[in-house]
Amino acid sequence: MTTRAYNPLPGFGLTMGISLSYVGLIVIIPLAGLLLSVTQMSVNEFIRVAVLDPRVLASYRVSFGSAGIAASINALFGFIVAWVLVRYRFPGRRFLDAIVDIPFALPTAVSGIALTTLYASTGWIGRYLEPLGVQVAYARPGIVLALVLVGLPFTVRTLQPAIQELEIDMEEAAASLGANRVHIFFRIILPTLMPALLTGFSLALARGIGEFGSVYFIAGNLPMRTEIAPLLIIMKLEQFDYLGAAAIGTVMLVVSFALLLTVNILQWLSRRSSVS
Amino acid sequence: MKTTASPATTGTKTPRFLICITWLFLTACLLLPIVLVFQYAFSAGIGRYFASFATSDARSAIGLSVITALIVVPINTVFGVALAWSIAKFEFRGKNLLMTVLDIPFAVSPVIAGMMLILLFGSRGLLGPWLQEIGVRIVFARPGVILATLFVTFPFVARELIPLMHSQGSEAEVSALSLGANGFQSFFRVTLPNIKWGLLYGVLLTNARAFGEFGAVSVVSGHIRGLTNTVPLHVEILFNDYQFAASFAVASLLVLLGLVTLVIKIIAESKEAQYGH
Repeated sequence: MTTRAYNPLPGFGLTMGISLSYVGLIVIIPLAGLLLSVTQMSVNEFIRVAVLDPRVLASYRVSFGSAGIAASINALFGFIVAWVLVRYRFPGRRFLDAIVDIPFALPTAVSGIALTTLYASTGWIGRYLEPLGVQVAYARPGIVLALVLVGLPFTVRTLQPAIQELEIDMEEAAASLGANRVHIFFRIILPTLMPALLTGFSLALARGIGEFGSVYFIAGNLPMRTEIAPLLIIMKLEQFDYLGAAAIGTVMLVVSFALLLTVNILQWLSRRSSVS
Repeated sequence: MKTTASPATTGTKTPRFLICITWLFLTACLLLPIVLVFQYAFSAGIGRYFASFATSDARSAIGLSVITALIVVPINTVFGVALAWSIAKFEFRGKNLLMTVLDIPFAVSPVIAGMMLILLFGSRGLLGPWLQEIGVRIVFARPGVILATLFVTFPFVARELIPLMHSQGSEAEVSALSLGANGFQSFFRVTLPNIKWGLLYGVLLTNARAFGEFGAVSVVSGHIRGLTNTVPLHVEILFNDYQFAASFAVASLLVLLGLVTLVIKIIAESKEAQYGH
């Protein structure tokens, strides 16, 4: 550890104090409340409610599975979008770059009702899919679609700076030594971008696991089939089963925090490798 | 800006193909839903569009969302600036931990955020009996809506400002101080003008999210019509009642708010590029 350099700027104590008290009030106390509630249960009870209940298990499968598929789709298309936006100059590039942020600014409920209406059997897209026997709204593909929309900016925005920093010299050197384009991509570009790609994937995954608003409308919410874990939490709360809700919430929180930790480790690793 | 010439990307038809995929994917995923919102919003005519905002339920939902934003946005702006200042301008132990805490509202499901408030303040929650004794209602009432919104929107201003403040360094502030300015003068005369566009975007994003939050608010509001319904909850009720035109009309309000936010973001980024970083 280095010793702290003298910093002449004022306000550290003040802003730090304000920050810590606010973070404590708004984040730490609610989290502590959740932990306190969960510890009122015995381990067996926790496992029975949050792990062994078949309906809860099915909802994990729907939530984690759909979020995993959506994050993978986002990793692929997010890569293409980020690559195109950074590397090529073409008409409409700035426009496309700007609209990538739409899911950040668009309320989830709005994207939920819009997607549902688009893909319902009478919708603009759904009416063409129905004769083909493809059901999107009120089925698993709809959930995945909603999560793709929500997670897209996370993969694009983490990949863009990484692609910008790619050294074109390396690609040129490889090309001059006779590597073909496939080689260059898989041996040079992909390994360098891996930390950013995994970070984007994890962020999209974490966001997808917890997403409620956009999924709620398009999922159809059939128990065991298209019911997501957050919806089960809401139902348990409505039945005043606070402990059951807290148990499911804890399982989801643990998964989200594990993902957050992964992201931080990845960023730490990529920072370290870029310094050395 | 980097040049685009690269052995892996020049020549052949690959670029055109990839550009087409990008256009198609982004149009289908992002633009089509927005076009649909406005198409359906006006499907029953302009008169019906504006009538959708005039019902008493709509007015009270808009009212509650405005009140919520008026409370949440200033609070999260002040604390966001304080957080960004301490994180971007100083080195200290536990900085990474604090940064991670800033990510929590992104990683935690909004439903869980709402649930945590119910576990604390609900009638069978940890503080429930005590709150009942002193006669204060938090969940299934307006304070719960406001608290939930505070939680989900608290990192946006700080997230926007930290990279900006970090890249600007502290030289300008240090010279202002050495010329005799006090801390507040240097903040308001030197720091603030430098970060104003980023700050504006952070504030508007907080505002758009405060208006649009659905999951967390839906858990704690109790859906009491005319009392604890916000704009997105009103959209939900109309949609589930098959009043699609009215539902999308109210939703279009939220879309407009989001689009204004994006325009400010574009301006903020071009200003930032102008000042040269």
